[in-house]
Amino acid sequence: MFAVINYGAGNLPNAVRALQHVGADLTITSDPADVLAADAVVLPGVGATRDTMQSLDKLGISAVLPQVVARGTPFLGICVGMQVLCSRSNEFGSHPCLDIVPGVVQRLPGGQKVPQIGWNQVCYSTDAAAHPLFAGIPNGSDFYFVHSYYCNVSDPTHVAATTDYGLAFPSIVIQDNLYAVQFHPEKSGHWGLRLLQNFVQVCARADMVRAG
Amino acid sequence: MLTRRIIPCLDVKAGRVVKGVSFVNHRDAGDPVALAAAYNEAGADELVFYDITASSDERAIMVEVVERTAREVFIPLTVGGGLRTTEDMYRMLRAGADKVSINTAAVLNPPLIEEGARRFGSQCIVLSIDARRSDPATEAATGSRWQVFTHTGRDPRSTGLDAIAWARRGVELGAGEIVINSMDADGQRTGYDLELLRVLSATVDVPVIASGGAGSPADMYQGLADGNADAVLAASIFHFGEYTIADVKNYLREHGVPVRQSPVVN
Repeated sequence: MFAVINYGAGNLPNAVRALQHVGADLTITSDPADVLAADAVVLPGVGATRDTMQSLDKLGISAVLPQVVARGTPFLGICVGMQVLCSRSNEFGSHPCLDIVPGVVQRLPGGQKVPQIGWNQVCYSTDAAAHPLFAGIPNGSDFYFVHSYYCNVSDPTHVAATTDYGLAFPSIVIQDNLYAVQFHPEKSGHWGLRLLQNFVQVCARADMVRAG
Repeated sequence: MLTRRIIPCLDVKAGRVVKGVSFVNHRDAGDPVALAAAYNEAGADELVFYDITASSDERAIMVEVVERTAREVFIPLTVGGGLRTTEDMYRMLRAGADKVSINTAAVLNPPLIEEGARRFGSQCIVLSIDARRSDPATEAATGSRWQVFTHTGRDPRSTGLDAIAWARRGVELGAGEIVINSMDADGQRTGYDLELLRVLSATVDVPVIASGGAGSPADMYQGLADGNADAVLAASIFHFGEYTIADVKNYLREHGVPVRQSPVVN
């Protein structure tokens, strides 16, 4: 069973619809116990890191997420659900985040429209190109982005894909069974659904390893 | 590289898609959910449903149309028309819309933009502006080159607002994107008002979406390349199969405008 975390994020219903469309058996929850018990966890997100952290703190979710990730439960963070995994964020004043992925959330560079809104190419890192998350999705495919901040990830080996917008920022992070994407797969049409489907399959395999 | 977006707009009345010439004389063009799915397959980058329903009963039908669409179509969907409160916005967002578009209600009640942006985020709030070129006397007297109009469907009313100043104010209040519809160009199919687009794009730092006047892929190219628009909205050019999204994208690509590569689905 997948747990999709409900902390009031605007894109929750659309993330749920897309996951159900690709066959995920899921529950929508705000309860840390459900998150701890889940076979896989999805953290959707739209908005600011500070508000999101406050909501996750209040629900007791921030206390359990590091544990869930550390024991290898497959995890997918989307947009702000990716950003809060970093150590800190500079959005509306520097503040701590979950510190699961070492790095800092920073504003996209000026000299261009910020937020970035629209479809942009996701280019795989050489070492990550063969990852099952990318099965059937050509390198350089377009995904839908809406964001003003990005994760400046400290360890380049965790950066599975980058996207150019004033700089090449990490658009996908993979760290063991943790997956995090800056774009919205639930709104990225065919390739977005394929990525979610690949995640569901990766989770099924992880489940088999645990069971076996 | 961020691509420029092609956005078909479907006018919906009582659950059916209609499109008129210059906003009136509606001709039925089918089921919005089926059309949305078809446009998604054809490579549309986003979709807009514009609800031209008058009654609240019919508004409930729109919520249901949005719900059905969101279960089948996984690209960004904007819903506009008749949204007067943040509760109205919430109904559409909860049903599956990613953004809401406001026009007359924002002119009558500018804090609505701010309330919507606070509650849902600026990325959800699209300010749509209907603008008409000022007559020479007005321009001489006020310096305003384009005036904002409301109620453009049935009985257009001048607001006395300058379109560029209103767009700037809307962005200050929290609008995340601006749709600018030229009433002079709308329905003429002779191209967008490029000057309006250029001035607006140079004024606001959020994406500008051109609407009204496209009759060919070349018109869309001009709106993006000469008007500096980030996206183009179009209705009739696509609805009757005159041009496909692929026709437009191929034209744009050949002329050096980056567009999304549509997936080749096996």
